[in-house]
Amino acid sequence: MSLTKAERTVILSMWDKISAQADAIGTEALERLFASYPQTKTYFPHLDLRPGSAHLRVHGAKVVAALGDAVKSIDNIAGALAKLSELHAYILRVDPVNFKLLSHCLLVTVASHFPADFTADAHTAWDKFLSIVSCVLTEKYR
Amino acid sequence: MVHFSAEEKTAVTSLWGKVNVEEAGGEALGRLLVVYPWTQRFFDNFGNLSSASAIMGNPKVKAHGKKVLTSFGDAIKNMDNLKGAFAKLSELHCDKLHVDPENFRLLGNVLVIILASHFGKEFTPSVQAAWQKLVAGVATALAHKYH
Repeated sequence: MSLTKAERTVILSMWDKISAQADAIGTEALERLFASYPQTKTYFPHLDLRPGSAHLRVHGAKVVAALGDAVKSIDNIAGALAKLSELHAYILRVDPVNFKLLSHCLLVTVASHFPADFTADAHTAWDKFLSIVSCVLTEKYR
Repeated sequence: MVHFSAEEKTAVTSLWGKVNVEEAGGEALGRLLVVYPWTQRFFDNFGNLSSASAIMGNPKVKAHGKKVLTSFGDAIKNMDNLKGAFAKLSELHCDKLHVDPENFRLLGNVLVIILASHFGKEFTPSVQAAWQKLVAGVATALAHKYH
């Protein structure tokens, strides 16, 4: 699965708007993840995950920054996220099912903030992009 | 069995009251077919599904989407007994329609995304959580009679 030219264009054009609110979007996506899928909190016993917490903001910002790296190297996402891929495989070992859950919450967040931009085609592009990111992050698992 | 708290029921029903079922149904089914094109396998007789705009404008997609979401409205009236409410539909989807239950999960999540885009800030994390519980409950209920 790879992104078409049109899909890359959609993502790049929306990214400016998204990165302008990067921290808020990352934080909100995580809040949604922990509210809808409380089992995902088991990966963060060391953090204060209550809505509004500084930990949540810092981590949300990290997640969106990483997505930004992938967007900036959209032709070579595997290269851009190589280090993160190793981190997830050898240190974090987050079960692969959870990438779908976070991806879904990111889509919900983007849809709620940018409804006019989030057309069916944009929805497809983002769903694909996040699937590719998830694949890259789990590809060294075994 | 899924149990909904009073808050969760309120989160669902208060939002549902503001949903245009015809519009949202068409949008939900349309997006399912656009974003996950393999789901088109169930709709060979729907005519032109060749592009996002063809799908989103297709009258058969809109009509069927309305039917599906109207049925979802019945779920909301029976949140305490989803399995009972969907028993017959479950048999239909297994025996006659041959639909993989994974498709119910996909459609449920597309519906959640559409609600987010319609309601914006109002679709808070806790409102979303109630809806995720509902769509998961509906998907499970629809799969319950499979054999």
